[in-house]
Amino acid sequence: MPNYENVYLARPDVSAQQVEALTERFTQIVAEQGGKVTKNEYWGLRSLSYRIRKNRKAHYSLLNIDAPPAAVKELERNMRINEDVIRYLTVQVEALEEGPSAMMQSKGSRDDRPRGGRRRDRDREDEYDPAERAAREAAAREPREPRAEVTE
Amino acid sequence: MGRRPFFRRQKTCPFSGPTAPKIDYKDIKLLQRFISERGKIVPSRISAVSAKKQRALSQAIKRARVLALLPYLIK
Repeated sequence: MPNYENVYLARPDVSAQQVEALTERFTQIVAEQGGKVTKNEYWGLRSLSYRIRKNRKAHYSLLNIDAPPAAVKELERNMRINEDVIRYLTVQVEALEEGPSAMMQSKGSRDDRPRGGRRRDRDREDEYDPAERAAREAAAREPREPRAEVTE
Repeated sequence: MGRRPFFRRQKTCPFSGPTAPKIDYKDIKLLQRFISERGKIVPSRISAVSAKKQRALSQAIKRARVLALLPYLIK
């Protein structure tokens, strides 16, 4: 059976749980048609590059599907009917990728960089500093101390 | 023979070679490097992407646009 990737955008005013329920329903639809959803990813509420039906944000979800074409047709029909789905895209792929997609990876690293990355560096500096600083200060103190004594 | 007054360095396709990234419509970070400030797809004569990869790249950018991951135009 051919492999497909399906990404759909849900309206921003539905909750993450409702998106989960949507994904479950779509999974069921695929299963009923003799297919299988091998992986689903929830990318979260992302801001759109342009407005779609007056919306500036949307819940993104990815489904990796291994199913006959009829199942995809049925899935797309349901997505068109469902008013919570504001956009979808299905593409056929040679092989379904395993593990997190590029989106999840970049999200992870993006979260790491401003929060973990820099702070970790800072933390590291702080951690390293006591030892290094002690040595540096010891070296710096020698010329400084007499000066301090003089000023005092 | 008159030599060219400037030397053009040999450019290689960023998507060929062993460490080349895979072109994927979901990898916005990668695709963003190949669109202009206005949101246009950068021509391959500037980005040095090979013809085959440029076709795959423009396909991926267009898919990302459909999903509003990338803009059609930036005003």
